[in-house]
Order: sequence, then structure tokens, then C-alpha cells
Amino acid sequence: MTLIHETDYGTPARVSATLVTLEIDGRSITVPEGTSVMRAAMDAGITVPKLCATDSLEPFGSCRLCAVEIEGRRGTPASCTTPVAPGMKVHTQTDKLAKLRRGVMELYISDHPLDCLTCAANGDCELQDMAGAVGLRNVRYGFDGENHRAAAKDESNPYFTFDASKCIVCSRCVRACQETQGTFALTIDGRGFASTVSPGAKESFMDSECVSCGACVQACPTATLTEKSIIEHGQPEHSVITTCAYCGVGCSFKAELQGTTVVRMTPWKDGGANEGHSCVKGRFAWGYATHKDRIMKPMVREKITDPWREVSWEEAVAYAAERLKAVQAKYGKGSIGGITSSRCTNEEVYVVQKMIRAAFGTNNIDTCARVCHSPTGYGLSQTFGTSAGTQDFRSVDKSDVLLVIGANPTDGHPVFGSRMKKRLRAGAKLIVIDPRRIDLVRSPHVQADYHLQLQPGTNVAVVNAIAHVIVTEGLVNRPFVEERCDPKEFAKWEAFIAEHRNSPEHLESRTGVPADQIRGAARLYATGGNAAIYYGLGVTEHSQGSSTVMAIANLAMATGNIGREGVGVNPLRGQNNVQGSCDMGSFPHELPGYRHVSDDLVRQEFETAWGVTLDPEPGLRIPNMFDSAHDGSFRGLFVQGEDIVQSDPNTHHVTSALEALDIVIVQDLFLNETAAFAHVFFPGTSFLEKDGTFTNAERRINRVRKAMPSKVGRDEHWVACALATAMGYPMHYETTSEIMDEIARLTPTFRGVSFDKLDRVGSVQWPCTGLEDDDTGMAIMHGETFARGLGRFVITEYVPTDERTTRMYPLVLTTGRILAHYNVGAQTRRTANVAWHPEDVLEINPVDAEVRGVKDGDMVSLASRMGATTLRAVISDRMPAGVVYTTFHHPVTGANVITTENSDWATNCPEYKVTAVQVARSNQPSDWQVDHAKNDVERKRIAAANVLAAE
Amino acid sequence: MSHAPSGHTKDLVRMANQIAVHFATYPRDEAVTETATHIRKFWDPRMRAGLFAHVQSGGEADLHEVARGAVGLLQAPR
Repeated sequence: MTLIHETDYGTPARVSATLVTLEIDGRSITVPEGTSVMRAAMDAGITVPKLCATDSLEPFGSCRLCAVEIEGRRGTPASCTTPVAPGMKVHTQTDKLAKLRRGVMELYISDHPLDCLTCAANGDCELQDMAGAVGLRNVRYGFDGENHRAAAKDESNPYFTFDASKCIVCSRCVRACQETQGTFALTIDGRGFASTVSPGAKESFMDSECVSCGACVQACPTATLTEKSIIEHGQPEHSVITTCAYCGVGCSFKAELQGTTVVRMTPWKDGGANEGHSCVKGRFAWGYATHKDRIMKPMVREKITDPWREVSWEEAVAYAAERLKAVQAKYGKGSIGGITSSRCTNEEVYVVQKMIRAAFGTNNIDTCARVCHSPTGYGLSQTFGTSAGTQDFRSVDKSDVLLVIGANPTDGHPVFGSRMKKRLRAGAKLIVIDPRRIDLVRSPHVQADYHLQLQPGTNVAVVNAIAHVIVTEGLVNRPFVEERCDPKEFAKWEAFIAEHRNSPEHLESRTGVPADQIRGAARLYATGGNAAIYYGLGVTEHSQGSSTVMAIANLAMATGNIGREGVGVNPLRGQNNVQGSCDMGSFPHELPGYRHVSDDLVRQEFETAWGVTLDPEPGLRIPNMFDSAHDGSFRGLFVQGEDIVQSDPNTHHVTSALEALDIVIVQDLFLNETAAFAHVFFPGTSFLEKDGTFTNAERRINRVRKAMPSKVGRDEHWVACALATAMGYPMHYETTSEIMDEIARLTPTFRGVSFDKLDRVGSVQWPCTGLEDDDTGMAIMHGETFARGLGRFVITEYVPTDERTTRMYPLVLTTGRILAHYNVGAQTRRTANVAWHPEDVLEINPVDAEVRGVKDGDMVSLASRMGATTLRAVISDRMPAGVVYTTFHHPVTGANVITTENSDWATNCPEYKVTAVQVARSNQPSDWQVDHAKNDVERKRIAAANVLAAE
Repeated sequence: MSHAPSGHTKDLVRMANQIAVHFATYPRDEAVTETATHIRKFWDPRMRAGLFAHVQSGGEADLHEVARGAVGLLQAPR
């Protein structure tokens, strides 16, 4: 393995059908029209010196190092800003240019510290490289003139430093913040010699609007912006291409290492999902992988009140199997089950669901997608025929109108959020449907054309009202509907949606959205050109989550916004492998590839391959497992990498269910909240130790490669295999690729997928059926026909949720995520990301705060019919009056103590987004928090003697 | 004689009614068939049995009319 150096072409690639042929240093080269001379030269294998140019940014032409001579043109134009022309003859190396470049470098170096040997960028410094390239031997101006070498360092950011003394003011960081990230946190302050890079209004990086995405650090050609990990460790010596394990964007990264120590994660330019960009989590928040809290040895205990006892892997497996078999012997096969994790690889998920179906002999298998995107699976399958988003991320570049509903991409899916903002800055229109004024509504150079600030729980009413306008104002794309959709279902839907009760005016009092705004947004969506819908958990986590997904699909079909670039229906998946865990057969009613367990032919295929008889009946979903635990018919649970106690709704209901179980097995990196209720703990592996694949929100299957050996000594799928074997069903794989080969054999949409192919082509997007390398799957789905043949319109009647506000509980709580943290925070809380978000807070509208006497920063009690917690209030006009908001990243907050187990009608996805609550000032923790603090210590004890013996 | 559903049964009734309400906008026969199909496809057999038991013990009135029809269809010999 070597250190991967990516070629920097200097300026971005251009796309044009018109090709231009020119000559550079006597070599003929043909490139697309609009390409810069610098990039054309690189294409011809000729490197032009440069400092301010990099191919992730538009050319700027400030450093003058890339000057060239062009026959017939005066002077020495900058090759980065000069586009190619037919017949152009360019010279990149002449005496005149050499002298000019040396002069430029002399000026730079005259104001630069000469501490190369002790500089963190030594060996990775473009300024150093250019000094070498131009043959700089002395600096005639000396070093004693006025200079910036004593400029102070800004070390406020936990992950990188800004050393102004090393800055050459090339503006790459400023432009990266604008063009790549779209935050506009950086600027050049002052003029001429006084020019300096300034975060915000001369603030520190931490005090500025900087979101720590790392784009500036990535772009910096010197040691000015440097990762603290590089300052600490030095330069990496080899790198491994892998996939981030945070959100559903699934960014590709180079894990850069010294031996088995990761010293930096840098976004990979060829990554299909991120194309060289990153966010604070993927770029910097990977230190949890080596955090001292990680559990390295398997542990068991008889009762959850006992301390944990470290044991060998074999003993833990035997103990778990014995207790599971005892439960089954007494209560039947269906008395146990398991939950797979969307943070694990496809291969790990596949073996766990196989263990449960084949070794446990039950379909009681579910996944954490149950509590996030299960309505997407149901809704898109009913309407389009597949349980997946329709587009690739790149598609947004061709959109004219973006409709964002129930999603907060700049926090939840930051790298795609940046891509969206780029398109919006280029002129695309924006409709945001959200109770909260998310950043996209108004941020630098982005302003929503419509922000439909609806009452939580009225998504279906708003989407129906938009559809009503489209139908009644004659905006339906009739040719598309007639050619592509089921005419009978369309006729039923059209008659339904045209009824007055679906009109914006009739629904205004329910939704809180002025009818004229809905009419305007509907007209824009239907007539504004390519219109794409992006949605998140604000759509799915409702009692009508599935209905909203289908209402959204109806909108896209009615306007013909499906089946080509720039349009489509795009669920923004929460966790890195939500798509994959669903694909792998994690739902209790479906085998891998979304095929129902009752389908005899499909079942027989798996029965033949696995050598067992499979249950033709669906198993329990996660909420049903809890309910069945309460009624005593469900007694044993295997939980793979998910913290259901913290993440699932109505904590009391979940914990009392777990307490009722005879055996709980947890596989995780840390002793999480669920482990407090477990009897067997298997240490898991971080993504840096995994070999396998993740599938992101655009159905892209990316390789996850081991950057370091497993810190716990075993791969995670070993546990599933060993446990299955101990349960009487021998299961073994020599390599992880064998698991994918089995998946490919048994799953038609994965037939063309293999590790070998992924290693050759980078990534593929399912459905991928061809074995050849030129079949990289399908970027855009439903191009000519829908996966189900004809698109199916579904009637989506608006039904108000049963969760109602009252005088006792007059506010509505809605929950969500924040940029710095991921899900239950198990990973990000164990990184320096806590600097941005040390605790969950309650956002409350100024009016609601005032009538309760709540001041900004006060501790408040948040209470629902389910329970109460105490947390800090932040007064924010992002929230409309009557709605409060919090996150669930910190276990001490217990946000899900408040939420109810009310759920989506079709899938049981919990209604996290609507809970009636009251808020009042408080000076003490809630009863639940007091109990939690006590149990947190007692139930996570590891027997001291055992630890000493192990040491 | 009807009795108030409790705990798990109450959830089963709520869930069955939610499904019925979604399909109730379709013609009755279609609504009943779709509701029954949904319950058959997505509910574990013990959940179905729990719902049937509630109906048999007099809890029929707790169910939406379409859900009642669906229960009948699910219990009919196939």
C-alpha cells in the first residue's frame, strides 16, 4: 500500500459537445470547449506551476505563477483563467516564463517563514514544491522587510490550526468556503499588503460561522490551515480508500495512515457521492474509533443488576446460544429475534438476518430503518415499485426547482446540502416545507422562494393541497401520465384530489399555511422546469409517514418529474447504511431484495441455498417486539449496533420491555444505553476496521476497507456465524467477499456486484445486474417504465394524528438532528465535536418563552403524557409559536422519554415529530433523569477483579 | 359483551383502525381486501391472533367498520 496522490488538474473539468484541438509545448491535445489551458496541459501530461489554482475551484488568476506564452497573443496570460481556442499554440516553459515565475516565488518566499524542516506541511506543501519547480535559489529582497511572519496562530478550532504567518493569500480557502461548502464564513480582509484571511468579521474560526467542513484545509497549498492530527503525528505514509460511516450521503474518503494509526481522513475526489467534499463528522470526527470507552472483550452476566464479567469469545457465544435455546425450548421459536444496524456493512447485516432466519428459525428480524425510513420503503414500493430513491446526487445539478420537505440537509446531510446550495446559488428555485426555519430557508446567497411553515402533522394536507392546485389548474403532465401511469388509479386519485376538501383554502386552518403560498409553490413545482423532491424524517416519522411518501410520489408522477436527470423523489437517508440494511433483508416480511417471505418461489431459492426451511409468515417489527415482550410471548433479543433505549420512542415502554426479556445480546463499540439491559456483550468494530460495503441514499454501493486491523481481534460477522453455529446451524465465510458473492447470487438487483468489480470500477448503483465492468448499475431509475410497470397513484386522505394538544400539553414537540452530532451521539460525543454541541437544548419561540417566564439559557422541564426531562432552553425565532424542538444526541437528556409510541399506519415507524408537551422553568432533573444517572453507573459496572485479571 | 382493550390489544386495535382509515377512501370491497392484505403481509401471526381474540371476546365495536370486514376476511378459510 502506498500513499495515494490525486492528480490536481488545476481547474474544474468542463462538459461540452464541442471539442477544441490545440498545441501545448509541441504536443497536440483535444479537450472540451471551455477547458482552461492549464487543464489541457495536464491532460497532455504537462504540469504548469500553480499556487492559487486547484481543480475543485473556479480559476482565480491571482498567483501569476501559471503564466504561459501563447503565439499571437501579447504578454504572459494566466493559464488557469485562459480558455483553450482552436489552433492555439501554447508554450509553458520559456526563459521569459522561468524568470517571471522565479520572481513571483521570490516575492512569496520573502514573506514566508523558512522553517520547512520543522513545518507540519513538510513533504506536502505546494509552496515548497513550486520553489523547487521554478529553481528558486535565493531571495534578492532579503527577509528583513515588512512581513507577516509574526502573525498569531488561531488554534480555536479543535481539529485544525490557522497559522497566518504561512498564508500566501491565494484565496483558495475563501473560495472553498464559498464555492464548495457554500457557508461564506471566510473573506479576505484589507487590501494589498494588509490582506489577510478572516473568518467572519475578524473573529476566531470557532466564533465565526465556520462549520468545520475542512474544505479550506483541503484547499490550502501551504501549512497555514493544517489538521492538528498532522501537526501531532506528521505526514501519512500510506492510504486506504474507504467510506464514511456517518450519514446516508456515504462520502468516499482516503484514510491516511502511519502504520495502523489514522492520521487524517481526506475526502476522495473520485468518490461518486461526495466528489472531494466532506463535513465535520466524516473529515474530523473519527477519533471515537480509538476512544478509551471502547469495550475490547466479550462480557456476560446472569442478571442486568450483576456486574459484567469478561470472558472469551467462545464462552460468550456458548453462553448466548445456551440462553437463547433455553428460551426457545420453553416459549417456541418465535420467542426470540434480532435487530440489524444501519451502521454496519451490508455483509454484516446480511449474516445477522441469515442467522435469525436460518439459525433462530424465525422472521423476527427488523432494523433501525423501522424508526426512520420504513415508510419510504413502503410508499415508494407501492407507487413506483422499488424501495429506493430515484436519482443520484449529481442529478441536482440539473434541477430547476428543489422541493425540500421534512429534511434539513445542511445539518443532516451536509455534503449534499452544499451541493444543493451550489445549485441554488446558480439560480434554481427553492420550496421548503418545514415547521422550523431551517438554514436553507435563508443563508448566504440562498433564499427559499416559498417556505411553507406548516403545523407539525399536516404534511399530507399540504402535499395534497399542492396536488389539488396542480389538478384543478390544469397543470398535470397528461402525456406523461397517459403513457407511464395506471389510468384507473390515476382517475380515482384525480377525482379525489380535486375535491374541495383538499384545496389550500379549505386546509389552511389545519395546516397554518396561507392558501396563496401553497398555490404559488404548486405552480412553481409544476411549471418551473426540472423539479426534484428531497425529503427526510420530517416526512416519514409521522402517523401518516407512508401516506406523505405516496403523496409526494403522486406529485412527481402528476407533473412528469420522474425518470430523468434533475427530477425525481429523493429520500435523504439518515444513517450510512440504511438503504443497505433494508436491501439486505432486514425487514421481518422481506428476504434480501425486498421479496416477501410468503412468496414460495423466492423462499425456496433461499431454502435451497441455505439448506433450511424458512417461515412463510412475517415476523415482529421492533415496536411489536416490545409489545410482545410486555405480553410475554417475546423473550430474547440480539441487537447489532443500535441503541434502541436512546433512539426509540417512549423510553419507559422500551426499557420495561427489555427488562421483561430473559436474554438480551448487544454487539456495539461501547456500553450504550441498551447494554444496561443486556446479558451478553460482544465488542463491535468501527468502520475503520471493517471490510465490506455500504449502500448510500442514491443506491450507490461503496467499498469499506480495513484501514486498521480489528481492535477487538474479531470481525463482527464472525460473531453471527459463531452464534448461528452454536445454535445448530453451521455458518462460516472465509472472506467477506464470499458474503457479497452469496448476496449477488440470491438477489437479482445485486447480481452484478462483487468486491473485485467494486475494486475495479469504484462503485455501482443497484439495480446492477451485469457482471461486466461497464455495468455500473442505474444512476436514474424509472427512465422508460416504472419498476412496477405503470406508476400507481394512491389516494392519500389527510387524517389528523391522535396526538393532540390540550390545555395541559399546549405545545407540539418535534425532534431532529444537528450538524455536529450523529444519531444517538455514541460516536460524535466521543470526539471534539462536543465543542459545538455539548448538550441537547430546547428551541422555543420567543412568544412561548415569554408567557412562561423562560429566558434564554434557563433550565426548563419538558413534559408530555409519557414522561418528563429537564434541559436548557434556547430562544429561537426559527420555531413558530406553539412548536418546540430538540435533538436526541445526548442520553442524559432523554428526549425519547417524552415521545410516544404512536406510529405510521403502514409501517409502525414512530411518530417522533409530533408530541404534545408543556414547558416550564425548572431547577431540578426529572425523576427519569435521576433514575437514569443511578442506573447508568450500576448497570454498566465491569467486575473489578475481572478487569485486574485481564490486565 | 364488549370490554375495554388494554395494553398490547389496544395497540393492535389502534393499528388496525389506522390501516382501515387509510384504505377507507376506496370502494368498500377494495378497502376491506386491501386492509386484510396489509395485515396479512405485515403482521406477525400472534398479532393477528391477538386482534381476532379481541373481536371474538366482544371487542368488535372498537374496530373501524373496514377493519371489522378485514378481520372477517382474514379469518375466512383460504
